[in-house]
This record gives sequence, structure tokens and C-alpha cells, in this order.
Amino acid sequence: MPTALDTSMPDSSAPPPTVGVACRGIEKEFGSGETRTRVLHGIDVDIGCGALTLLVGPSGCGKTTLISIIAGLLDPTAGDVTLFGTPQSQLRGNRRVDFRARNVGFVFQQYNLLPSLTAAENVAVPLLVARQPRKRAIEQAAGVLEAVGLGSRLKAFPNQLSGGQQQRVAIARALVHEPRLLVCDEPTAALDSSSGQTVMELLKSVAVHPDRTVIVVTHDARVLQFGDRLLEMADGRIVLDTIPQSHS
Amino acid sequence: MNWVAWKMLNGDTAKYLGAVFGVAFGVLLITQQASIFVGLMSRTANPLRDVREASVWVTDRHQQNADEIEPIADGAVHRIRGVEGMDWAVRLYKGVARARRPDGIFRQVILLGVDDHSFVGAPRTILMGDLADLRRPSAVFIDKAGHESLWPGEPLQLGREIEMNERRAVVVGICETSAPFQSFPVVVATYSQATQFIARERKQLSFVVGAPVAGVAPAEACRRIKAATGFEALTYDQFVWQTINYYMANTGIPVNFGITIVLGFIVGAAIAGQTFYLFTLENLRHFGALKAMGVNNRRLIGMVLLQAAIIGAVGYSLGVGMAVAFFEVSGRVLPDLRGINIPWQVAVGTAGVVVAIITFASFMSLRRVLLLEPAVVFRG
Repeated sequence: MPTALDTSMPDSSAPPPTVGVACRGIEKEFGSGETRTRVLHGIDVDIGCGALTLLVGPSGCGKTTLISIIAGLLDPTAGDVTLFGTPQSQLRGNRRVDFRARNVGFVFQQYNLLPSLTAAENVAVPLLVARQPRKRAIEQAAGVLEAVGLGSRLKAFPNQLSGGQQQRVAIARALVHEPRLLVCDEPTAALDSSSGQTVMELLKSVAVHPDRTVIVVTHDARVLQFGDRLLEMADGRIVLDTIPQSHS
Repeated sequence: MNWVAWKMLNGDTAKYLGAVFGVAFGVLLITQQASIFVGLMSRTANPLRDVREASVWVTDRHQQNADEIEPIADGAVHRIRGVEGMDWAVRLYKGVARARRPDGIFRQVILLGVDDHSFVGAPRTILMGDLADLRRPSAVFIDKAGHESLWPGEPLQLGREIEMNERRAVVVGICETSAPFQSFPVVVATYSQATQFIARERKQLSFVVGAPVAGVAPAEACRRIKAATGFEALTYDQFVWQTINYYMANTGIPVNFGITIVLGFIVGAAIAGQTFYLFTLENLRHFGALKAMGVNNRRLIGMVLLQAAIIGAVGYSLGVGMAVAFFEVSGRVLPDLRGINIPWQVAVGTAGVVVAIITFASFMSLRRVLLLEPAVVFRG
């Protein structure tokens, strides 16, 4: 059995993946004066495409802050993130929002599905954000829901779905506009082990793509086996960059 | 995204209806109270409106409204007729008398005395009887609401007798008049007859009403009358507004209705504002998710404003609809409210108030949405 944090080195025989996310000198401070707290301390990391990267670490170590910065939801205090060749510091205001709309997909711990929309309508939201006509967007969303095994629940509302099904809808929503970066925040935290297993298998089979970077933040030791790469954080630093034992 | 905004609002039925009814209740209060206020103020000038032929009104020079009357000498009518530019002028009596049934039941009534020959000022809507019968001895007309007040529950009937100033009067006709400000019955007689129904005073003439010849404006005729006779002379519009303004300035009516209208605004704004704010708060994580997914602030503002506008439009329609239903029903069952309806100015003004309410409601919500960091979606 692999340990939660395997320290073995990456497989040097595999071809180097295309870098999707490049973090250089990322620092982040919150507050000011005496309450100022440094959460990230000069993070340098490249995350490639075509693999599922797990970001782990104890609560308060800076995981959420780091993925928020990577996804363009927060500005770093210092340093820069380059997504698919585009330095985020060069994008401001609506240009950054548009870039995020086109290139980033999100899976949230609490799913964040709109309760008054059906599964298909929820999945269609990113396409509506991209100003696709509603009918076409919902048709396209139905296709993605088929792919995640929910073809029979297109018209179900979130409260009619189990937690695992809701997370599958959320994954479909995150992928429907074919983003190049998929950021998943604790996608299995609210699920039982069986549903969590299903969700991770789904991410592995549907989300991982040669042109896509997939980052999963997790506390859940049961899902470590699904990672192609493991980044462990502690006190605002990446303290371990490795390949889980099952891949070595 | 407008469709998503609508579905979000529509999906939370309790809050949607709560906010809608907050606006609707405020609109109902404002529309109903403002309409009654306008109706009441308008009624103060109804005695003038019923004398549509007259464009010039002559009164004592200290008179301030159409109800408190300082009589002028009967001969004044001849002086007015003699003013250059006047086509015609007749006497009109308006006063208050006590009408007593044979069984002793009495009501205070508004007594109108119209010109014996021309009937200028006589009611136009006759329900029973013939206006010419007014010339018969002791003949009077009574308005329908007055008949129902003096003989409640009894059918409209001619030939009934009343006594005014110890003189017998016979009802020879039943008519409709514009509802007076005081909800008294209206009794109409000829001028010469009417002056018999009141306590004798040296001067009894309430108004001289008339109209100028073609080519002379009423305002010019009034100017000439004032210069020639020293009486106050007002055009119809001037007298209407003088009367309304008098009641506005000298009664507590505007303040009382104003307070209710302000309360309607506050209650509407408070209920709608609070409910809509709660709706936004509960949806903050969804707004955060939409922000993360690439919905910019401009589109979010559009979504929130659309939601507020839907609440405003539906609430306004419901509130005005309820007010219309109120006046439709109350006009039939409450004689005191007959003839009161919703003026278009009140409807438009209330729409403006609703815009203010939803602007207030959406302002607080927008503030929360715009200040929301999209990264909040990662905080559970």
C-alpha cells in the first residue's frame, strides 16, 4: 500500500509534460500592520498538462490561497503566475475575468450548484457566461452529463441528486467549456468513500487530457492513489514534490 | 445570464413572494391613501364642477373657498351683468340646512339654490322626476346618496316630504351629484325656493356665476368685474385651486394622509429591502461561483437589478391591482368613497416610489455582491 506521502522521485523515463501553470516567487500576505500575516513564502512550481496533480497539506498551510492565485481569483503580493504562456500580471479587470471564463474550470467542495436550475441547466452555466444561446448550451451540457454517467438525470434539480451525483454534475459544469485548467477544491470532502472513489475515477478518466492541467486540493488520504503528482505544502511552502507510490 | 437571474429569483419562492408582497403592500397603501387624499381634495371643489356652464365666479372679496360663504347682496347679479364683456350672469345659493323627516329623523344637508329660469347649476343626471318640476311650490330634488342617507334601506321614491326651516319640501326628483367633501345629502331647489328654506339674512346670495361673451377671456372678465364692482371674481380654475389649496393649508388632511403614505414607503422598502437583501446573502456563494466562472461585475449588476426590477414590477402590478379592486368594491358598498378612483398621476408617482424602493433594496445587495471576492468559493 502506498503511504500518504511518498517521497519517491518522479519517473525520469516519462516525456516531460507541457507546462500549463508556472508559479514564480509567489508570495501572499493578508492584513496590514501588526496583523499582517504571510501565507505563502515564495512558491516556485511548474504544473504540467495531461496529469492529475494533488495539492495536499494541513489546514492553514496555504493550499486554498495558492489555488486561488493560480486560478486568478486572488492577486499575489509578489511573484507571478503564468497560465499556458500568459502571465496573469499582464491581465487586468475584465480581460482577466474573460481569460478565466475561457480557460479555467472549477469544482467546489460544496458543489455550488444553483438549486433552482436542473442538472443540465447548471452544467450549461459556463456556456451561458460565454454568451452561447441557451438552447444550444443546454444541449451541449446534456452531452457532457451523458459522459459523466448522468444522462438519465438531465432534468433533476440538485436537491433530487445524491452528493456524489451533485459532484458529478459540478465536474460536468467545470468541463463543459473545455477549460485548459481545472481546479478542484476538496472534491471528495463531502462524500462517502464510495462516492469519493467514483468522483476521483471520473476526474481521472474524463478531466485529465493532454492539453489540460488538473489540480486537486485534498485532505483525503483515500484519493492519493489517483494523483500523478503530489505537492505537499506546509507553512506556506511546498515541502514535497513527488509521485505517489502507486505510479512509481 | 438574465435567464439565470430569473431562475435564481423564481427558485426561492418564499423570498420572492416575501419581497413581492412587501412592494405590493407598500404600493397598496400608497396608492390607496394617495388616491383617497386626491379624491377628498378634489371633492372640495365638486360644487364648482357641477356648474360646468360657468367660467366666472363672483363672491365676497374675503371669501377663501367654496364652502365658507360670506353672502353678497342679491342685487349684485345686476351689477355683474352690467360689466362690459359679460354674456350672462345668474344667482347661485349654496348653504347648509337641516332636513327633518315627518318622524323627526333629520340630517344636515347641503342646500343648492339654482337660477329659477335658466337652472344653471342644476344637476345633469336625473334618476327620477323632471327638472321642470323644480318650479312647483315647495319642490326639491335630492341626490341618490342623500336619499339613501335620509331613508336608509328604502327604495328611491318621489313625493316624500321633509321639513327645512319649518317649511315643507316635497321631493319631486332624484339626481346624481358629484360627491361633496362633507358627506351630507344634497338638496336642490330654485334660488327663490332655497332662500325660504334657510334662516332669513339680509344678504343671501352665495355666488354670481356667469360667462363672458366670445372673445373675452374669463380672466379678463374677472379683472373687469373686480375693477367695476369690488367683488372677488375668479375663473373656474382659479376658484377650484383656491378651494383645494385652502383645505390643503388649513386642515390636517395632507399631514394625516402624508404620514400613511410615508409609512407605506417605509414598510414597503423595509420588507422588500430586507427580504431581497436576505435573498442576496443566501445566494452570495452562488454569486461568488458565478464570479469565479467569469461573470464580470457589469453582468452581476445586471442580474441583481433585473431581479429587483422583477420584484418591483410584479409587486407594483399586484399592489395597484389590489387598490383598483378596493376602489371598485368600496365605491359600490361605501357611499362615502363613491367616485374616488386612482388618478394616473398617483399611479405614475407610485411607480416612482417603487423605483426608489427597489433601488434601495438592490443597493445594499449590490454592495455585497460587488465587494464579494470570488475566492470566497474556496472557503466552504
